[in-house]
Amino acid sequence: MKISDLIALLKERLRDVIVGIEEMPNNDVMLEIKRHDLLPVLTTLKKDKELGFISFTNQLGVDYGDSFAVIYNLYSFALGNKLTVKVFLEKDNPEVDSVERLFRGANWFERETYDLLGIRFKGHGNLERLLLPSDWEGYPLRKDYVYPEEYHGMALKRKTLFEE
Amino acid sequence: MTEFLSDEMVLNMGPHHPSTHGVLRFILQTDGEMMRRAIPDVGFLHRGIEKIAELLPYQAFMPYTDRIDYLASICCNFGYALTVERLAQIEVPEKAEYLRVISAELTRIGSHFVGLGALLLDLGAVTPFVHALREREVYNDLMESLCGARLTHNYVRIGGVSYDEPPGFREKTRRFIDHIEYEFLDEFNELASFNTIFINRMKNVGVITAEDAIEHSLVGPNLRGSGVKHDIRKNDPYSIYNRFNFDIPVGHGKFGTMGDCYDRYWVRVEEVMESCRIIRQALELMPETGPVRTKLPRVFKPPKGEIYVRTECPRGEMGFYLISDGGKNPYRLKIRTGSFSAAAMIGEVSQGVMVADLVTIIGSFDVVAPEIDR
Amino acid sequence: MPAQYNLVNRLNEDSRMILTTVDRALNLARANSVWYLLMGLACCSIELMQTGGPRADIDRFGSLFRATPRQSDLMIVAGTVSLKMAPRLKRLYEQMADPKYVIAMGSCANCGGLFNLSYSIVKGVDKILPVDVYLPGCPPRPEALTEALIKIQEKIKNERYLRKKE
Repeated sequence: MKISDLIALLKERLRDVIVGIEEMPNNDVMLEIKRHDLLPVLTTLKKDKELGFISFTNQLGVDYGDSFAVIYNLYSFALGNKLTVKVFLEKDNPEVDSVERLFRGANWFERETYDLLGIRFKGHGNLERLLLPSDWEGYPLRKDYVYPEEYHGMALKRKTLFEE
Repeated sequence: MTEFLSDEMVLNMGPHHPSTHGVLRFILQTDGEMMRRAIPDVGFLHRGIEKIAELLPYQAFMPYTDRIDYLASICCNFGYALTVERLAQIEVPEKAEYLRVISAELTRIGSHFVGLGALLLDLGAVTPFVHALREREVYNDLMESLCGARLTHNYVRIGGVSYDEPPGFREKTRRFIDHIEYEFLDEFNELASFNTIFINRMKNVGVITAEDAIEHSLVGPNLRGSGVKHDIRKNDPYSIYNRFNFDIPVGHGKFGTMGDCYDRYWVRVEEVMESCRIIRQALELMPETGPVRTKLPRVFKPPKGEIYVRTECPRGEMGFYLISDGGKNPYRLKIRTGSFSAAAMIGEVSQGVMVADLVTIIGSFDVVAPEIDR
Repeated sequence: MPAQYNLVNRLNEDSRMILTTVDRALNLARANSVWYLLMGLACCSIELMQTGGPRADIDRFGSLFRATPRQSDLMIVAGTVSLKMAPRLKRLYEQMADPKYVIAMGSCANCGGLFNLSYSIVKGVDKILPVDVYLPGCPPRPEALTEALIKIQEKIKNERYLRKKE
């Protein structure tokens, strides 16, 4: 489906909740919605016969400095189209509804985002650290993250070429 | 940890276990030889590649993409270069496109050799693994003549490739793929694929339906093994893949149920043949001379924007979500890999199977640890 | 062969007697049966596999891989050691029987290498284990790994257990 047609279709289906919709490079559409609309919108996108965004391809969190964002990449086998859904979160309370019940594949993606960025997913069954050890402090992909000096007695500093 | 009954045993498998393909850990809840569930525990190779991407200029990040999936480094290079090129709208010379496709498909063959061989090794067949490694050495020589490295090639650059083909490369490549397609695969199939013991270990084990595979975000050969005909090279063509004539192999229950371990294995064997077909066509069509690299400014700054590009790696779809703020470093780079969802899926399909079948299931998914952890 | 490795001293040409020390005889046996632990962590593990494969064939030097630390003499740390893996690596080393040797294979195991910028990496495996041979390269070629093994064999042949060193 053409990008302009998809945008028109999305505007018709999700009239009330769209904050912004625009074309992205590489045949993609960026759909921005509010935080509390996330679960209903993704349910519509998945369950709607015509849209059929049943494939959850990617999820990531971003630290924009003054706010966080969670980005979902969906794919529709029926239309052959990609869709990017973006939700902005406040800096002091990064929390959003979990979509684990809707897309089973989102389970580990949400755990990873929690692990590396500290964004909490409400309603997730097992929100624990995935990649880092469970007693790790801080969230490394935040922009204000400071590297630890040592971990369980192992010193983590070795002079690099980049730090002089 | 979940509750467990008193006659159950909790068994630890890994992180250092020869059949877990790198450092991967499973916590098994077993009742005798039957397994109630296996809980994957990953992160033993978490190297923070996504954080490093934010600290380095765009070109300097290229060697790190090799290490995301060390078995298929050129495919990862390719994906990253393509992402930056599409964001900055850089044209790639014609010859560089062909060299990229040829080297990426060669890498796919080399990667599947290790995947198939290691699966057989885990099931106790040492000889096919040694045969696969023998052919991989030839592949290594080819790549070494092309870019000077055996494993972490770092061949693709933003805007082209690093070197032109060396003299005699086409002839050697043609001989290699002829040998693979007409001699080696026959021998390998006779030795291993159609072996009754092997078929009985593989068929009807770890069955995944097509709906489940899509629901759990499986990609690549693991998705196609369940019968879903989806390949980024066809469905969302990038580079020059739309010029070639090739098929997408899908699982159809060759010996057992559709979507079992044997189907996932057989899809990989057929993909090797399809890669040979692509390389043969590309060698015919590749121009004799021409530039292989677009000149970029020393301090390279792509425009502000966000982009998500997917490419087809041997382990499935590799997606790069790149956010640029107009500076010389990426603002955020997320790498979506095939093994990540496959590793999550192992925990789901391994409910109620024998402990020995877990090894089959892990091998059939062909996961690579750094792709899960990054 | 350098003089110190000379195992046998023949008395004369037709002599059927061999004179040697117990140390040297033991060391010869040990040096030619160095079994290594299959400690593939990252990229280097593929080169480690191919060193054991058909072309480089490290079996020629009496080395073959063991999956269990109890039966191995040599630990080839092939790859990046993350902080989550470090305690396990140390425990595996402690499970090996003495005398034991360590090769730090690749830049990551030497000093952190390419991943020196990372937050979750042990910058050099020598921070947690004693290392005998440092092998540079990213990843090292099979020939280089064979050379490192020969260095380990030389070290073993020079060891004295039954008497003090002069």
